[in-house]
Amino acid sequence: MTTPLLAVRNLSVSIGGRRIVDRLSLDLQLGERLAILGRNGAGKTTLLHTLAGLHSHDAGVISLEGTPIAALGERETAQLRGLLAQHQRDAFPATVLETALVGRHPHLRRWQWEGARDERIAREALAAMQLADLATRDVRSLSGGERQRLAIATLLAQQPRLCLLDEPLAHLDLNHQMAVLELFSGMARDRTVAVITVLHDVNLALRYADRVLLLFGDGSWRGGPTAETLTTEVLTTLYGHPLHELRTGDQRYFLPQ
Amino acid sequence: MPSRRRAFLVLSLLSLLALGSLSLALATGSVAVSLADMFPGTGGGSSLASQVLIELRLPRALAAFACGGLLALAGALMQVLLRNPLADPYVLGVSGGAAVGALLAMLFGLPLMLVDGGAFGGALAATLLVFALGHGEGAWTATRTLLTGVIVAAGCSAVVALILAVAPEAQLRGMLFWLLGDLGHAGTPKAAVVTLALTLALALPFARDLNVLARGGMAARALGVPVARLRAGIQVVASLATAVAVTTAGSIGFVGLVVPHLTRLAMGNDQRLLLPAATLAGGTLLTLADTVARSIAAPTELPVGALTAVIGVPIFLFLLTRRGGLP
Repeated sequence: MTTPLLAVRNLSVSIGGRRIVDRLSLDLQLGERLAILGRNGAGKTTLLHTLAGLHSHDAGVISLEGTPIAALGERETAQLRGLLAQHQRDAFPATVLETALVGRHPHLRRWQWEGARDERIAREALAAMQLADLATRDVRSLSGGERQRLAIATLLAQQPRLCLLDEPLAHLDLNHQMAVLELFSGMARDRTVAVITVLHDVNLALRYADRVLLLFGDGSWRGGPTAETLTTEVLTTLYGHPLHELRTGDQRYFLPQ
Repeated sequence: MPSRRRAFLVLSLLSLLALGSLSLALATGSVAVSLADMFPGTGGGSSLASQVLIELRLPRALAAFACGGLLALAGALMQVLLRNPLADPYVLGVSGGAAVGALLAMLFGLPLMLVDGGAFGGALAATLLVFALGHGEGAWTATRTLLTGVIVAAGCSAVVALILAVAPEAQLRGMLFWLLGDLGHAGTPKAAVVTLALTLALALPFARDLNVLARGGMAARALGVPVARLRAGIQVVASLATAVAVTTAGSIGFVGLVVPHLTRLAMGNDQRLLLPAATLAGGTLLTLADTVARSIAAPTELPVGALTAVIGVPIFLFLLTRRGGLP
């Protein structure tokens, strides 16, 4: 077994005095896709930020490629993991290309300017998000969905091995939702990344996650392979609303009753 | 993203303009001077003209340039810190604190040196107060820092009003000039020039980090920027730069707001170009404004702060309406 990309041992996290995960342990290898599911306010975003090293935790150790994240510098951490945050708000004018190039920051030395290679990486990231034509547009003129795709392109330009995605499908229409999930799944298949995604759609988790982590909001959690872990009973408890299961061929679906 | 070459070209051009403004400031005044007067040792030129140049006009021009540069640089830094293109160097109460300190010193008839000391002390006290309250319990937020600054400034202006009300008639004119910003009492420009060089040297290595910080605190942290340290650093450096500028020349308005803003409109928001460009443009603008202020109604000197505001307000309003609201 090689050193896992992400190793979490006995992690306990609180926010505002409330425990959101208690003694969580998990390993994630390159190529794996993990989905985090839970109700609003269950602490999905806080857990994601904690895994990124951006939120303090009460106990436990988070390691990236065998090194505790606390021992890694900010820049080294940013070369290994990327975070797609929930909200993008632009205070200043900037073009779409400039915004994608910001993702190159952790790879540049203090006095180094973005070079031809960085620009190529940023343009490829824009193309992957169907934003190539908008490269010279001002970010503040983009629609919500376009802005979200640009945030994903910025993450792609950062080229992290661990991608932490907080509701990556927010504001996206159906075709772009599927394109984003397919893109990260393809990168996982190529073993260039591992992906942790906060998702709201159980059925997308069934299709696009190898494993799931369910947060129940009181610190308890449950993790395991997607197909085995997601059952009607567990999901009914998780969301506090009864669900039932549909099957067509091999594919399972959960619908609210 | 401007290339390094373009940045070099833009900064070279602005440097030439800066030199031009300084030359104009040296050449303008009631005593006519020639180039040879700059170098009294060479035998050419008259000794009176040399004296005027080296003892009066050169220090004043340098003080104007350094103060303009400091204010524009501090304004640009505050705008990134607060993620607000309408922030200016005085928004965190630095000038209010300086005004209280300076006017108290004048009220008690203290010598000029102590007026400067009072201004600097007041600016430092206001800076520390806003910094401590803004970095109190809980996470740092731009809103809390901004509100703290606005309230401290409001408190200071109330104290200033009280001082003006009780001040003897003879001191009112000096106080008003100080409040409006005036380079006539600038004295030696050494402190301002050194502070300008130091501020640039401290800020420029972090220019790309500032670019990322301008995208938001969480995004910047995710990209490896040490956001808490960077914010504390900017606030301290920008406040000290403002304190030195205000101590040297009083509360000169609008340079710190309009210059970074115009620079951003002209060449984008890349701090690697914006910070030095705004510094040069701010220095140039204040040097020109001061030259006009002391020569247009000679022998009467106009307060340069009023002049920059008279120029700045219409430009700013024009930009606001042209861009349809927020810039």
